[in-house]
Amino acid sequence: MAVNLKQLAVEFEDPNKIGITSGHRLCPGCAAPMTAKMALMVAKHLGYDVVVGLATGCLEVSTTIFPYSAWSVPYIHNAFENVAATISGVETAYRALKKRGKLKREKPIKFIAFGGDGGTYDIGLQALSGAVERGHDFLYILYDNEGYMNTGNQRSGSTPPGSYTTTAPVGKKLPGKPQLKKNIVEIVAAHENVYAATATVGEPIDYMNKVEKALNFEGPSFIAVLSPCVRFWRIPNDAAVSITKLAVQSKYWPLYEVEKGVYRITKKPRSFKPIRDFLEQQGRFRALLSRPDADKVISMLQDYVDKRWERLLALEEATKDKPAR
Amino acid sequence: MVETKKLALTGAEAVANAMRQIAPDVVAAYPITPQTPIVEYFSKFVADGLVDTELIPVESEHSAMSAVVGAAAAGARAMTATSANGLALMHEIVYIAASLRLPIVMPVVNRALSGPINIHCDHSDTMAERDSGWVQFFVENAQEAYDLTLIGLKLAEHPDVQLPVMVNQDGFIISHGVEPVELLPDDMVRSFVGEREPVYSLLDVENPVTFGPLDLYDYYFEHKRQQIAAMEKVFEVFPKVVEEFEKISGRRYACVEAYRLDDAEHVMVALGSTCGTIKDVVDELREEGKKVGLLKLWMFRPFPKEQVQRYLYGRKSVVVLDRSASFGAEAPLYAEIKSALYESPTKPLIGSYIYGLGGREILPRHIRQAFEAAINGDLLADGQGYLGLRE
Amino acid sequence: MADLKKWHELPIGGVIDKPATALAYKTGSWRVMRPIWHEDKCTSCMMCWLHCPDNSIVVKGGKMTGIDYEYCKGCGVCASVCPVKAIDMEPETKFLEEAE
Ligand SMILES: Cc1ncc(C[n+]2csc(CCOP(=O)(O)OP(=O)(O)O)c2C)c(N)n1
Ligand code: SF4
Ligand code: SF4
Ligand code: SF4
Ligand SMILES: [Mg+2]
Repeated sequence: MAVNLKQLAVEFEDPNKIGITSGHRLCPGCAAPMTAKMALMVAKHLGYDVVVGLATGCLEVSTTIFPYSAWSVPYIHNAFENVAATISGVETAYRALKKRGKLKREKPIKFIAFGGDGGTYDIGLQALSGAVERGHDFLYILYDNEGYMNTGNQRSGSTPPGSYTTTAPVGKKLPGKPQLKKNIVEIVAAHENVYAATATVGEPIDYMNKVEKALNFEGPSFIAVLSPCVRFWRIPNDAAVSITKLAVQSKYWPLYEVEKGVYRITKKPRSFKPIRDFLEQQGRFRALLSRPDADKVISMLQDYVDKRWERLLALEEATKDKPAR
Repeated sequence: MVETKKLALTGAEAVANAMRQIAPDVVAAYPITPQTPIVEYFSKFVADGLVDTELIPVESEHSAMSAVVGAAAAGARAMTATSANGLALMHEIVYIAASLRLPIVMPVVNRALSGPINIHCDHSDTMAERDSGWVQFFVENAQEAYDLTLIGLKLAEHPDVQLPVMVNQDGFIISHGVEPVELLPDDMVRSFVGEREPVYSLLDVENPVTFGPLDLYDYYFEHKRQQIAAMEKVFEVFPKVVEEFEKISGRRYACVEAYRLDDAEHVMVALGSTCGTIKDVVDELREEGKKVGLLKLWMFRPFPKEQVQRYLYGRKSVVVLDRSASFGAEAPLYAEIKSALYESPTKPLIGSYIYGLGGREILPRHIRQAFEAAINGDLLADGQGYLGLRE
Repeated sequence: MADLKKWHELPIGGVIDKPATALAYKTGSWRVMRPIWHEDKCTSCMMCWLHCPDNSIVVKGGKMTGIDYEYCKGCGVCASVCPVKAIDMEPETKFLEEAE
């Protein structure tokens, strides 16, 4: 498709056609609705109808406070940890009813599950792995805000080291969460016949191209979208987009995809910014940055992102033209 | 009525055949002893092309129930089956299935809920779900397991009900015991269960609905009241469904079964396979001139209070057998029966016995012992008796 | 809670049986800062439209035509992503005074 914004703007002149509507109660400037709307527009633009599944979390609670639904597409929320299993049931029902001639429709339906990082890296990981392993035809979009935000900013397996959370606070003794983020894309990519990618709202064209690829991929697909929480990242309401551009430029959030084991870096910045720049822009790292051992944590992180980037380059080279199947 | 086949089947096989004949659009299941043979038989039916259901071989029971909820919300007829720890793992979604008003039918093969881990029969697994909003049936044998699976489906999907249904059969005793079972012809089952007509469907893309919103203090209570009303409706719909079933099968069901109750002075109340043993003991005692009888509950949720009252009012004594405990409180069935007797014009003597936990054998002599206590006036309303326990 | 529906008047299962009912909930009242669009500078690049988390950038025929203040929460994302600075953020209080 190669996303054409003008064309999309004509197509979705009536914003209620997008799928997620106004009137939701996410914080001003939250990136979660951006993540959702971009994906939905691509799907519809490609000629698909869409059914969405949501894991419990900010995007879910703030868009469906009874009797107010901010969705103009069919929607199901089941629980926190099971959106992948739930959507696998919906997708299977679709195949079953079509096969039996009980569902007569030409236009194909695509199934998109949205989960937060808590619902994906942590409590929902098993259901996600199961659904991907079984090979359901669905797209899982992780909106990664690096913490349990709906419940007030607790640590998740996605929270970066030193980011202030209420369950791994930076204290007098401890410098906050010591562990690095789980590498969720690698985890998903380790399944057979899967498309897995990173993306972010600050690079919308890259993201939307990946959504297109994912939807047209035969089998399960997964996109991890860095989606800032303005509230608990302690950034200004207008900063969700700019901070993610910095995340890409600082190698904090490299943009790449893995298609059947073949790695491809989709954006290679000409020059990089130090990780410190990314951290300094966010209030969630303020307590860390004011500690005497701040430099130790920062240089550990810098070293980590540098090495990861080198590894990605190497993987890209090594897997070129060598799909796993 | 037409020709039916009588086969030697286990309870698990009987239920797997009911599922084959229902031919749900989607089945998602995960194996656990003693439910495993149900999934195995059904998977074989699918593999052999005897049924074209889409099977989801999920990675856990939590996902089984989650997937079945998704499928049912998409308008499909969806089923699963489980036991004990599997049911407990589903617990959260068991509640959600009922609250979303999805008519899912789930055979449950009762097994003790850990721990320590134990694979044998008791009712602790299903009793933990008694307030989840599901209809709960208990069966005495494989035939009833088969029949109530079919009846349960039709009840669940009735427009006035729209509730999920659990059909409980005793682990190993019924699930693995071979008995003669009469299967209805496939096409007769098909026409009995008909097609599901969902109230809402996710696949009705032209009419998008939102399933599972955040429901706060201004509406949640109203939605719970609707679930209570749906349970009340079961008492109106169930008699119609069983009447229809009787027409095709010749087998009659109700909320409860009264066994030799007409002139009985001492009545035992129980659930499940033990009722078979109790019937034998009742026969023996009757021969000895004792006026005893059995009230078996096919339906535990909604609790058929009126029928229970109808059969228990005016008796000299009522003795209740529970195959599970409610630690620190009265056993589940006993608590219900005692409460149902609150308005009884004459108060019978009542007593409670817990038996059979973790598959402990229940023998005719244990049942006789309980009846004798009733006959001798040795029941204590607030006491707790045990059968088959080393005391 | 006088005008809220009674239990038997609601759809079953907690289902919201119509799409986009949240449109009845006007989030514009949350706004502290107001985006002001300068048509003369705007190139209709659609970046603000694409990012607006509240679908509040109004477009027609591929061109930006304004801002929907009924839902706009005043986050300022539109202003921050605009490559030509065609949107300014102004405090709402200013417009209160103007209205008076
Ligand atoms: C089984 C279960 N455990 C805990 C919770 C409480 N809970 C609800 S949302 C949430 C965090 C959500 O975090 P995430 O998935 O990252 O989404 P976010 O709110 O950050 O967008 C938690 C802990 C729950 N609803 N269910
Ligand atoms: S708390 Fe964070 S993630 Fe949740 S709505 Fe607000 S900004 Fe978005
Ligand atoms: S201020 Fe925020 S909500 Fe308002 S139009 Fe701009 S981006 Fe949209
Ligand atoms: S981002 Fe700026 S230039 Fe582009 S459409 Fe919006 S206001 Fe116009
Ligand atoms: Mg989160």
